[in-house]
Amino acid sequence: MFKCIYNGEKEKAAGKNVFGATIKKMVQNDPKVVYLDADLMNSIGTFGLDKDYPNQIVEVGIQEANMIGVAAGMSAAGMKPIAHTFGSFAGRRVFDQAFMSVAYAKNNVVIIGSDSGINAAYNGGTHMPFEDICLYRAVPEATVIDTTDSAMLGSILPQLVENKGLTYVRICRKNCVAVYSEDSTFEQGKANVLRDGKDVAIIAAGYMVSEALKAAEELAKEGIDAAVIDMWCIKPLDEAVVLEYSKKCGAVVTAENGNVVGGLGAAVAELLGEKQPTPISMVGIRDRFGQVGTVDFLAKEYGLTAEKVCEEVKKTIARK
Amino acid sequence: MQSRLKKLATEIRIAQLEEFKARGFGHIGGALSITDCLAALYGEIMKFDPKNPQWEDRDRLVMSKGHAGPALYATLAIMGYFPMEMLKTLNANGTHLPSHCDKNLTPGIDMTTGSLGQGASTAAGLALGLKAQNKDCRVYLILGDGESQEGQVWEMALFAPQHKLNNFIAFLDNNKRQLDGYTSEICSIEPVDEKFKAFGWYTLRIDGSDPDKIVEAVNDAKANQGDKPAMIILDTVKGAGVKAIEDTKLNHHLNVGDEADGYIAELKAEME
Repeated sequence: MFKCIYNGEKEKAAGKNVFGATIKKMVQNDPKVVYLDADLMNSIGTFGLDKDYPNQIVEVGIQEANMIGVAAGMSAAGMKPIAHTFGSFAGRRVFDQAFMSVAYAKNNVVIIGSDSGINAAYNGGTHMPFEDICLYRAVPEATVIDTTDSAMLGSILPQLVENKGLTYVRICRKNCVAVYSEDSTFEQGKANVLRDGKDVAIIAAGYMVSEALKAAEELAKEGIDAAVIDMWCIKPLDEAVVLEYSKKCGAVVTAENGNVVGGLGAAVAELLGEKQPTPISMVGIRDRFGQVGTVDFLAKEYGLTAEKVCEEVKKTIARK
Repeated sequence: MQSRLKKLATEIRIAQLEEFKARGFGHIGGALSITDCLAALYGEIMKFDPKNPQWEDRDRLVMSKGHAGPALYATLAIMGYFPMEMLKTLNANGTHLPSHCDKNLTPGIDMTTGSLGQGASTAAGLALGLKAQNKDCRVYLILGDGESQEGQVWEMALFAPQHKLNNFIAFLDNNKRQLDGYTSEICSIEPVDEKFKAFGWYTLRIDGSDPDKIVEAVNDAKANQGDKPAMIILDTVKGAGVKAIEDTKLNHHLNVGDEADGYIAELKAEME
């Protein structure tokens, strides 16, 4: 059960602090849980844990490909590995290792990519993963998650190490806009309807969920009744909720913090195209590279804003 | 007169020639070159149970040069993991014996490999995971010399000594050739023993065509590796044991037809 507490304010705890505390709790509670990092523990709240839990916290060093292979091997030895690096490396740099040694080999590894999309901010275009969702969606049987806020992150991490095969999870290191109460729970493969509506279904994930909620409030002032669906689990996609709301609303707008090529919008469009053609518009990165800047600047530059969502909603409703 | 282990190696060679012949082609050069090592591992060194392939306390083998799968399948069949007859299904549609090792398809295969370099890391992960659980078993890894051009091998080469993986023994099948020609002419890895020593491994370099010497080297490693991982460089010949294949320069992947019957007859004569 989840509770939406959105009021536009940010969470008190930074994502990295929640992540570090959750990893600590998990290794304490289960001797089979093992956490691996490639020299980014000081960036993600897990720094120093290797001293207290030397058998379960593995500082691999700057060798992401080896880290994913080691994680796969540890799974084959009966452990439950979670491996973290920045999303830019967690996707494209280790893709072959993740594909073969983890997914194809049916080893169970949770791969965490932090600094998703424009959240990479000052690390710039070299470090800005817009392509990770597309890559992992194309891996058979993989689970792909874009976390909405750190309340969700802390709640779902313990269940993810029980998953079979490859699980890819995007997380934010900083303070997210609060969407969920801390005691919320989540079920993989089930989208959360955060706001009901009949004129348009806004299907969002990650950073864009709070923008979608903000857009819905703005649209309401103009008499447009927008539903907002948090599709935090992008694969497996909650097809039932997409089909239900596209039928009910007759117009769909997707919103994601990544390239629309192969991302959430593509997943929804593929489903609707095959099963229930519906006017759809995708808010997201329109096939561009990233760049350095503040998150606010980047959001405006790439159109990842509530304003852009409102604009696309109106255009899409006009196509009904 | 062949020793017990050398005879086993010859039996494995005969079985894999029949296996390749049934399909008509395959990665035969690098399969033959690692055969003496497989005879040493399964004939003497490793702890395993063909009746219980998933036995938790078994030693593990990661064939990182995954294209040598057929040599390992022949060995596993001889050891009783599955019927010898199954070897004829190599690469047949729907087979349990694919070109490259797949732990979800073949009884006795401990890790899926094929994309070169990756088995290095998964083997190190197995060793680390077993050590973290205080398991009394070892992980053996087989790397190729061409494979050792992959950066991931050297990431692992740094990692394993750092984590004191002394339950870990690796072999490098130094057969001097890769798909496109001689390793020394394409991207040399020599002096590869000096490299592993410098990376902090207990390193030995031996004649890889003698299974008894391989057993001695493994015993040496177990006794002397201390808190280090061990690397045993096996100087081998690609295509080893079948003169005509040894003499074919580009022998990574060959057609194998009725001429295999002649090779088998020669190998049988050597055994007697």
